Amino acid sequence: MTTVSHPLPKEAGFSSLRVGDLPARSGLGLKPEHFRTILETLPDLGFFEIHAENYMVDGGPFHHYLSQIRSHYALSIHGVGLSIGGEGPLDEAHLDRLATLIARYEPQSFSEHLAWSSHNDIFLNDLLPAPYTAATLQRVCDHIDHVHERLGRRMLLENPATYVEFAASTMTETDFIGEVVRRTGCGLLLDVNNVYVSCTNHGRNPQAFIKSLPLAAAGQIHLAGFAQDFDAAGDLLLIDSHGAPIAQAVWDLYRFTLERTGPLPTLIERDNDIPAFAVLLAEAQQAESLLQNSLCEVLI
Amino acid sequence: MSQHAFAAALLDPDLPAPVGLTAWNGSDPAQRFRVYRNNVIVSLIDALADSFEVTQELVGEEFFRAMARQYAYAHPPQSRLMAFYGAGFPDFIESFPPVASLPYLADVARLEYCRIVAYHAADVSGIGTEEIAAALADEAKLPSLGVTLHPSLSVVAANTAVVSLWAAHQGPQDLASVATDREEAAVILRKGLDVEVLPIPSAAAAFISELQSGASLGNAAAEAAEIDPSFDLVGILSLLLQKSAITALNTALPNASRSPT
Repeated sequence: MTTVSHPLPKEAGFSSLRVGDLPARSGLGLKPEHFRTILETLPDLGFFEIHAENYMVDGGPFHHYLSQIRSHYALSIHGVGLSIGGEGPLDEAHLDRLATLIARYEPQSFSEHLAWSSHNDIFLNDLLPAPYTAATLQRVCDHIDHVHERLGRRMLLENPATYVEFAASTMTETDFIGEVVRRTGCGLLLDVNNVYVSCTNHGRNPQAFIKSLPLAAAGQIHLAGFAQDFDAAGDLLLIDSHGAPIAQAVWDLYRFTLERTGPLPTLIERDNDIPAFAVLLAEAQQAESLLQNSLCEVLI
Repeated sequence: MSQHAFAAALLDPDLPAPVGLTAWNGSDPAQRFRVYRNNVIVSLIDALADSFEVTQELVGEEFFRAMARQYAYAHPPQSRLMAFYGAGFPDFIESFPPVASLPYLADVARLEYCRIVAYHAADVSGIGTEEIAAALADEAKLPSLGVTLHPSLSVVAANTAVVSLWAAHQGPQDLASVATDREEAAVILRKGLDVEVLPIPSAAAAFISELQSGASLGNAAAEAAEIDPSFDLVGILSLLLQKSAITALNTALPNASRSPT
């Protein structure tokens, strides 16, 4: 953690929100069912995050409401379709759409996933895993270099939630991510739920995993809920569902992470079974109080 | 493992899991691969269910999801913009043998997809009253004018009661009480933030379709009058103007000299 951003008052003007990083506060994913509630109540939140692809439309209510909400809040644009881990080249038309969206809304942060989601002409609409090999490393780094060049800004790369591993892998996930960060200069979007899910699914220690990540490059944290399943051996298999409240174990891991990173912008992700806005706001406030505690520890 | 093999196995449930997968506890990785397989197909079915609510209500959730599953495997998305994933679904429904006895189903799906297009279409202002007045003042030129319609606008014209069926879903009316074999048409557009479905006579639907394909007002009106001699030109133009659906008047049309058929 190189800088600690100060919380911005919610009355802060548009111009002061255009520059700099996301505030080290909690934020929420922006859902159309909450557009009006947000504008009517202007809840005290650090930022909102959108999925880039949902806003790659010409006009209508999505842009109408996002423009208004952007005038009150900092914004994170989170891509789910760039397929940075894909074997093929990045889709230039998609990069153009991203550049247009970023120019329009001037977000404080742009992030994408260490995953692939497209193959040839088919979009698979899921975040798929890749083996951690020298070839994958080269490809991911080339793609991130290209994103940096095309968008003219530094992106954050999110660690994945995975359900299988590959016999071909020659590196650990944390070494792989560390090397990507070192070679490309990208930041880390540390998804604490993904860490917990993947470590459970692959028999790893989540605290040790967190400690092995390039934490100095962490620019944002994601928190979400998971679903439970079992594998063929009857061992727990967690699914990154974004459809449930954040589990206590993930809150604990979040606290453990903040002790090492200091306060970081923290998103509560909820994409399925979306509850009333107040329910999400309560989770954001829970994160906010942990952020405040960690800020106090940094100051002391 | 290549991504080609991984992707192929995701989109074909009859294929075995790709080779080269492992699990820390030595369990069969095929079981774990099923999570990805399930994520992909369920996300595609959910996307269709979100877009085609009335279509789903007409056949029931279980049947709809089975039909959507077949569509998703046959036509996985080719765009990352999932809002428009259902573009080909109405045509798929139309040629889906199990629903051959429900001819209105594809029409309702078509109307629902038009609403999605309208919702996300570009924001363009309608022409102002001055421009309208000027056009009306020059009666000789009026028939040769072309019009540009709002990008949100589309027309659904069907041999079924597509509009009544869709409307019944929006209110308390029982879907079962709608007579399905009546010919109906609607214009779908967005005015401001609201998507509207406006029932219109089939001659008016033909008129708008002609305008969309570039016909002049005079030629489009002639086409409509052939369908229905009592076609109400003033009525449909007033509706389009009231909904800010005419965004430009064009004087030099490439096909303005085309004679009415």
